[in-house]
Amino acid sequence: MEDLKKTPLHALHLDLGARMVPFAGYEMPVQYPLGVMKEHLHTRAAAGLFDVSHMGQVLLDGSQAAAELEALVPQSLLGLEEGRQRYAFFTHANGGILDDLMVANRGDHLFLVVNAACKVSDVAHLRRNMALSEVIPVTDRALLALQGPAAEAALGRIVPVAEMRFMDVSVQESDYGELWISRSGYTGEDGFEVSVHEAQAEAFARALLEMEEVEPIGLGARDSLRLEAGLCLYGHDIDTTTDPVQAALTWAIQKVRRPSGSRSGGYPGDAVIGPKLAAAEIDPDDTRRVGLVPEGRAPMREGVQLFETEDARTPIGRVTSGAPGPTVGHPVAMGYVPVRLSLTGTQIWGEVRGKRLPARVAPMPFVPPTYKR
Amino acid sequence: MKYTEDHEWMSLDGDIVTVGITDHAQEQLGDIVFIELPEVGTQVTKGDEVVVIESVKAASDIVAPLDGEVVEVNEAIVDTPGNVNEDAEGDAWFFRVKIEDTSQLDEYMDEDAYKDLIA
Repeated sequence: MEDLKKTPLHALHLDLGARMVPFAGYEMPVQYPLGVMKEHLHTRAAAGLFDVSHMGQVLLDGSQAAAELEALVPQSLLGLEEGRQRYAFFTHANGGILDDLMVANRGDHLFLVVNAACKVSDVAHLRRNMALSEVIPVTDRALLALQGPAAEAALGRIVPVAEMRFMDVSVQESDYGELWISRSGYTGEDGFEVSVHEAQAEAFARALLEMEEVEPIGLGARDSLRLEAGLCLYGHDIDTTTDPVQAALTWAIQKVRRPSGSRSGGYPGDAVIGPKLAAAEIDPDDTRRVGLVPEGRAPMREGVQLFETEDARTPIGRVTSGAPGPTVGHPVAMGYVPVRLSLTGTQIWGEVRGKRLPARVAPMPFVPPTYKR
Repeated sequence: MKYTEDHEWMSLDGDIVTVGITDHAQEQLGDIVFIELPEVGTQVTKGDEVVVIESVKAASDIVAPLDGEVVEVNEAIVDTPGNVNEDAEGDAWFFRVKIEDTSQLDEYMDEDAYKDLIA
């Protein structure tokens, strides 16, 4: 693993007994001695600490930053209030998704968090298209997520966070220097993401881990937690071949950017996405991302082909994420099916090791979110 | 007790061999949530994929280490797959095969050789 990059918490992971794996060019902890199942359950019961420093942190500076970024995403950023964060995605001219990201309005600048595997291309994309703004990758800060019902109490011992609501952001002084905090995450739980200077990252993480409620959580449980929460993993559930309508992400496109909105269109792929948003009738043969619950106990993992009947010859879709769901106690999956088969309760079949097994289309998230709105 | 490079253990009693996975294997797999066993009466050939194990992380296959007939399977681990994480080399065996030629076991490692392999 010599060519892999290390996060500022690398030594801490080894010290904690993590099993390290290559992920998006980094050597990352997939699990700690607790194991994926218990780490998952602990996060839902108390608080889990995740190292997400591999993700890209980017500052956008300049008075036209929000307006320029609106030309790259179908979200309203001019309408994003100071101190607030919003989920967004860079679109491709074909309507597909280049990456999904978080955008925070921090007053005189924007702060972005993008996926690790996409961060180099994202920064290049921003620089090419934002002539009036300065694009500043943040490379000297770690990013940690503290997730779960006890996250507020734990982080609250270091900085006051109780007043923050879901998707609020704040910058606060602490014993660990300046912390960039958002009340968000990717597990379906209440919690926070905290950017801390690399020099203070380990001390900050250790302070949290010393608390009764907090356990370190690896990428294994991060994946099963986000799947139960119905959240997309870029490169798996969404990519350049899936548009936001197919990906069931239209909730993240504000009215003002939709057809007949006052800042309608004007982003890459609007000619594909706009008409779909405006259409009075949904094309029954278009595809849709749906939740799936396999009826047996065998998980249907990424790549499992989906069929309309037990003996149909041609697949109608495929699973893009699937795993056992530790909280729900049965396997869960998401995948793409034709719109006509996307209604909750529809039975379809997945081929697992040569056998057709039944599954039902199910609403997502699989666990109710506990965000503090 | 004999061991395969695929981290299975075998114990011989008369012409019946009990097969399971080692404690090292269960530790590597992590929390086991699903197991599919062969049907009793199946004739298996060495190298056949006979068992599927799903952990939270991934699916893995277990191959038949010997030629023979499956005469018994451990239904208890199908109902409670987590037992394999608790007692892989004891009560959480996988299946039993009746073999004709017990010399098939000779090629496999003894406990010391297996311990060297995983050291």
